[in-house]
Amino acid sequence: MGLDFTIIPSYLDILITGTYWTVALSTLSIFFSLVGGVFFAVVQLNRHAIVRWPFSGIAWLFMGTPLLLQLFLIYFGLVQIGIDLNAFTAGVIALSLHFAVYNADIIKSAIVAVDKGQYEASRSVGLSQLQAMRKVIVPQAIANVTPALGNMMIALLKESSLVSVIGVMELTLSSQRAISDSFRPFEFYIAAAAIYYILNLGLEYGVRNAERRSARYR
Amino acid sequence: MLNAAPPATGRFDMSDPIVKIRGLKKNFGALQVLKGIDMDIEPGHIVALIGASGSGKSTLLRTVNQLEDVTDGEIWFDGDLVNKKLPHRAREKHLNLLRQNIGMVFQHFNLFPHLTAMENVTLAPIMLGRMNKAKAIEHAQQLLDKVGLDDRAEYYPSQLSGGQKQRVAIARSLAMKPKLMLFDEVTSALDPELVGEVNRVMKQLAKEHMTMVIVTHDLRFAEDVSDHVVFMADGYVVEAGPPEQLFRNPQKPKTKSFLHQVFDE
Repeated sequence: MGLDFTIIPSYLDILITGTYWTVALSTLSIFFSLVGGVFFAVVQLNRHAIVRWPFSGIAWLFMGTPLLLQLFLIYFGLVQIGIDLNAFTAGVIALSLHFAVYNADIIKSAIVAVDKGQYEASRSVGLSQLQAMRKVIVPQAIANVTPALGNMMIALLKESSLVSVIGVMELTLSSQRAISDSFRPFEFYIAAAAIYYILNLGLEYGVRNAERRSARYR
Repeated sequence: MLNAAPPATGRFDMSDPIVKIRGLKKNFGALQVLKGIDMDIEPGHIVALIGASGSGKSTLLRTVNQLEDVTDGEIWFDGDLVNKKLPHRAREKHLNLLRQNIGMVFQHFNLFPHLTAMENVTLAPIMLGRMNKAKAIEHAQQLLDKVGLDDRAEYYPSQLSGGQKQRVAIARSLAMKPKLMLFDEVTSALDPELVGEVNRVMKQLAKEHMTMVIVTHDLRFAEDVSDHVVFMADGYVVEAGPPEQLFRNPQKPKTKSFLHQVFDE
């Protein structure tokens, strides 16, 4: 049996559904992983160890264990203590937390690298610690690490395929559905891979643009 | 001579000094940088702090707005104890209010590179609710005009020369309408040909009776602009007085040898 890619158009609707859910899953998770990353970074720079430690602990847990396991825990495990999440929500939470921890590491070192004079100047005009962070330090830090954060976004989009195992009809699961119906694994895995690739090209283009915009002051 | 309170000049009412410093000490670990400073600064006066590197003059300046906390002693600003013992949150609040009334200009400008000149000047007044946006922009435009940069409002710091950056920094610290301005070696990082434009802005402020404390290595400028000169060495005030006295007729051997060294170069 040779390869026959002409079969793909007849399964287009299921692939489109899959793409839609992959985009939804990734977009939300990217957003929350960035917000969470800034949050984790800032609390881990707090001068009180009592504030830093719990979050450093959480960070180590999410860095030191597999994403797949975290996904299972959040989806199947939390039910036992009465937290019943749907698969999509569980997926967004797992991806967001897992990548927030990595983003936090990047953002944390970027914050530390911002010149101390920037903080002093902010405080000397009367801004509070938080206002200085929000308006002066974090924007510069983020601009300096946009490429590194962009790489994490691309990784997140690819890792979102793991969420297929808890039954979210995203791109990987939808291509599996098409395969079990058509018995054409090669064609549909290639099709799914191509779609992931195109999505990531778009993402990279977006990151490049953001990079240019955030660095326009240099 | 520990008491460096300036004599009355008669130029202003002898109301209370705007800054009173008493017995100020500052340690960095085992290193004692300020060893007991007393100083008064009268409203409207321009005080120049001079001395060799490491004499403690920048540290002294930075304790006034508490960028450095103090080890011992008291600093009073406008009738308020600057370094009062407070719980963390209350202290932060106290410092934010204090610093809104004290402008500071740094050696390395420390402009916010991701903001335009205009945004650098308007950030604090808008963030702190001092003015609405339209009013803050109008005020900033006046300040940029005053420092001769009204045509550079939309430029980013990277597009400005060192002298222009420092003038924007002065406008930024004037934006909160401070009662006191601190200048920390503001021309030391500038190319010689750019020093004049920054000094001119400071002279203009002096004419408007802004109270200023100027840490400087530029003794000619100090002599030219100040009402009162304080010479520091090794964490002490060695000698203080009106510029004509301190520069022309210094009393202490340390002052003499410092002036010799500098002027013979």
